[in-house]
Amino acid sequence: MIRESSLAAEQASHREVVPAGDYWIHVLKAGQTLRILDLEGNQAADTLFYSAADPAERYSAMDTIRHQGNLYLTAGARLMSSEGREMLEITADTCGRHDTLGGACATESNTVRYALEKKCMHACRDSYLLALMKHPEFGMDKRDLTHNINFFMNVPVTEQGGLSFADGISAPGKYVEMQAKMDVIVLISNCPQLNNPCNAYNPTPIEVLIWD
Amino acid sequence: MSSEVLYQDLLPAGCHWSFRIGRGQVLRLIDEQGGANVGMLLYNADQLLDRINIPDTLKCQHTFRLTAGHCVYTDMGRVLCSIIEDTAGWHDGMCGTCDAALVEQRWGRKTYQQARNEMYRNGRDGFLIELAKHGLGRRDIVANLNLFSKVVADADGNITLAPSAPAGSHIDLRFEMDTLVVLHTCPHPLDQSSDWPARPVRYQVFDAAPLGDSDICRDHCDENRRGFLNNLHYHHGACRHHGGGH
Repeated sequence: MIRESSLAAEQASHREVVPAGDYWIHVLKAGQTLRILDLEGNQAADTLFYSAADPAERYSAMDTIRHQGNLYLTAGARLMSSEGREMLEITADTCGRHDTLGGACATESNTVRYALEKKCMHACRDSYLLALMKHPEFGMDKRDLTHNINFFMNVPVTEQGGLSFADGISAPGKYVEMQAKMDVIVLISNCPQLNNPCNAYNPTPIEVLIWD
Repeated sequence: MSSEVLYQDLLPAGCHWSFRIGRGQVLRLIDEQGGANVGMLLYNADQLLDRINIPDTLKCQHTFRLTAGHCVYTDMGRVLCSIIEDTAGWHDGMCGTCDAALVEQRWGRKTYQQARNEMYRNGRDGFLIELAKHGLGRRDIVANLNLFSKVVADADGNITLAPSAPAGSHIDLRFEMDTLVVLHTCPHPLDQSSDWPARPVRYQVFDAAPLGDSDICRDHCDENRRGFLNNLHYHHGACRHHGGGH
């Protein structure tokens, strides 16, 4: 569902460009709104959320899907935790559909999906691990890497049970916005995948904006 | 493919259990009554951080539905198990599991004080209890399988639980590494039945036939051939009758 935001970028309390292939980790306070802006179009932003008070409570793709009875995320979606609590709500979306089935790319899964010689290509889960290792204050490690959201990514499921990575439906300037219902740790990998159309074969920067 | 049953047991309806199974063994699950749901999590028994990863499993085989020919992968690009036989035809990996709040909201409360061991349990608590037996916990709960449950999506992504496969359906999981199996028989989280729908499941363990020149799972796609190669590398080439490929 397309829903535009009424928030003005000039009034954001925090703005930051995350280059292609980099990570971003940040605590979003309850009540704050986060916008992820697809600056150049068709760029997957692989995103995880954890309760800042208790990171073992984290975003649950399964509970979110089950709760809304639908596989795709858009405006109005409530992002549920593993403990059945609402973590964030998507309050605006100019893209219309985001994926939470496909997970994040990894060097190991690249060996299966593409070829063994792809094993050293930069991947989201390497970014996630580096983010967690550089931020020991959160007390997390590989054990905490679970099933993420791929903002701006399009992974349609067919009625026959097929699944594909389709061309993105995002475009330059599209954004998605979400309001935190609890203090959350946001962990984003701005996806470096070059082997499928999730980034239109050309990873590009995103911008993150926060309003209080 | 008849092989001597090494072990068998029944997991009653709405209960939870866990055990280790060896590389080269088959776990057959039988939905004797029809309508069972088996929530299942899998961990490399020797490296518990190497665990089932449903997104990796689905995307590398370009499927939402899991059935015969598919492999179940860890997040480290290895094959945990291969679905070598399946008469149910469609298994879910995306809907997670019921928790206490969902069970109470849909079927009410039936406590131990009221009902002793006929109480209503839930999948999440079952997973937590079984995981804790192995030193694992909340951080180790990832997307689980829901065996015998068919979830279909329409063009807009709306999901529904389809009618269950006939009584007597079974699925055979051939394990490609030593694995910790954690499972429950609580209802699927999309089950809208008015009466408590939990059903028992029978499980049997037997030795797998040697891997042949062609294999329904390894040769299902190039991705699975590469997954088997990753297993071969993981097992340091100690490939005897099984798990290798050529």
